[in-house]
Amino acid sequence: MDNKIRMKARDVNFYYGTAQILNGINLDIFANNVTAIIGPSGCGKSTFIRLLNRMHELVPNARLEGSITLDGSDIMADAVDPVEIRRKVGMVFQKPNPFPKSIFENIAYGLEINGTRNKQFIEDKVVESLKKAVLWHEVEKRLHDSALRLSGGQQQRLCIARCLAIEPEVILFDEPCASLDPISTHKVEELILELKKVYTIVIVTHNMQQAARVSDHTGFFYMGKLVEFGRTEDIFTRPREKRTEDYITGRFG
Amino acid sequence: MGRHFREELEQLNSDLLKMDALAEEAVAKAVAALRDRDPVAARAVIDNDSRVDELELVIDERCLDLIARYQPMASDLRFITTGMRLNGELERIADIAVDIAERVIVMARDPFVKPLVDIPRLTAVAQKMVKMAIDAFIARDSEIAKQVLFLDPEADSLRDAIHKELVEEHMMKDPATAERAVQLLLIARFLERVCDHATYIAEDVIYMIKAEVVKHHPERL
Repeated sequence: MDNKIRMKARDVNFYYGTAQILNGINLDIFANNVTAIIGPSGCGKSTFIRLLNRMHELVPNARLEGSITLDGSDIMADAVDPVEIRRKVGMVFQKPNPFPKSIFENIAYGLEINGTRNKQFIEDKVVESLKKAVLWHEVEKRLHDSALRLSGGQQQRLCIARCLAIEPEVILFDEPCASLDPISTHKVEELILELKKVYTIVIVTHNMQQAARVSDHTGFFYMGKLVEFGRTEDIFTRPREKRTEDYITGRFG
Repeated sequence: MGRHFREELEQLNSDLLKMDALAEEAVAKAVAALRDRDPVAARAVIDNDSRVDELELVIDERCLDLIARYQPMASDLRFITTGMRLNGELERIADIAVDIAERVIVMARDPFVKPLVDIPRLTAVAQKMVKMAIDAFIARDSEIAKQVLFLDPEADSLRDAIHKELVEEHMMKDPATAERAVQLLLIARFLERVCDHATYIAEDVIYMIKAEVVKHHPERL
């Protein structure tokens, strides 16, 4: 279960202007594991995963201290291209955000802006990505329909397929099922369990049962700090920290 | 989780205490019937067992319902799963009271093979162990639960002494007493099983409180 460590956060402090959002975070993300980040709204969990692919840099006045590494190298180093990091560390958001284009183009687009021109390669990649995202059989006959005509759950799997097409190593999911019905949620969860065989996954979720179902490790964030991190089965049956216990048994939050 | 869930946990807690009261009462009445050689009182223990069985089903259903509806975690989850186990152990204890009562009815026809000395002692240990295990559950006190586990060897040695005496002093010396001696042997065995169920309850209570599995791992105590 404890595979090698793929990403590592060390002594991470993070600020928006003068407001400190994260405080002394140390956390390991294991390869081919699902790591769940849980905690009440405003605890810093979404902020934290945005650091993992340098999305925080898109916000003015953001400042980071400490280090985050991917396979041992510092992703924040000046010489590192953030676009390259975002290719290796993909993200799927809370609300499905397909481009207002066809299903096919949604996936092809990422490949094209990454410089791929070979049409056959792109076509193969679109099919492969849709199959990996378990969406192929639902869309194979309408690849050139608008992605916006898909259901919410299908749109979310399309976004996952789009992310897979550029062959990331780590996939970040920020509340991926928050706007989905239970059946679509089930499909996305099944997909996450399938994807972890190949990718390393980090998922932020408000849904503790979801964290318990899909993850191998769980970190509980509270007020900008990582209160507890451990194997998911331990966190949900015998947490060491009282604040974790209180949160997961619904006594606060 | 909210107030409704807390109230349901409270209800489960009080149902378990009711189950315990029934089980302890069944044992007390069965051993009193033995002491008094009273087949009528023994019959009452047997007839009363259906109340225990019904409550067992109610509690089991309540536990499953709580898990299905609330998906409890951590100490809440441990409380409910322990509740299910306690429920089963208490039901078994009540069943053993029925086993004893059945022996009392058989034995009422003839005098005891010998005056009862160690059996009342074993009875006292068994009742004490059950009471302490449930006290540990009520007080959420793992130290009391631990003491239950330390009492179990006493029960085992009392049973062994009873066994030895009945076999060597009675069955071997006068085979005509074998039938009556066997009835007492069975009762000793039943009482010792009550002690075992008390230790299972104590182990489950320790798990509930401390999230530590001491079952099959005495070195962790």
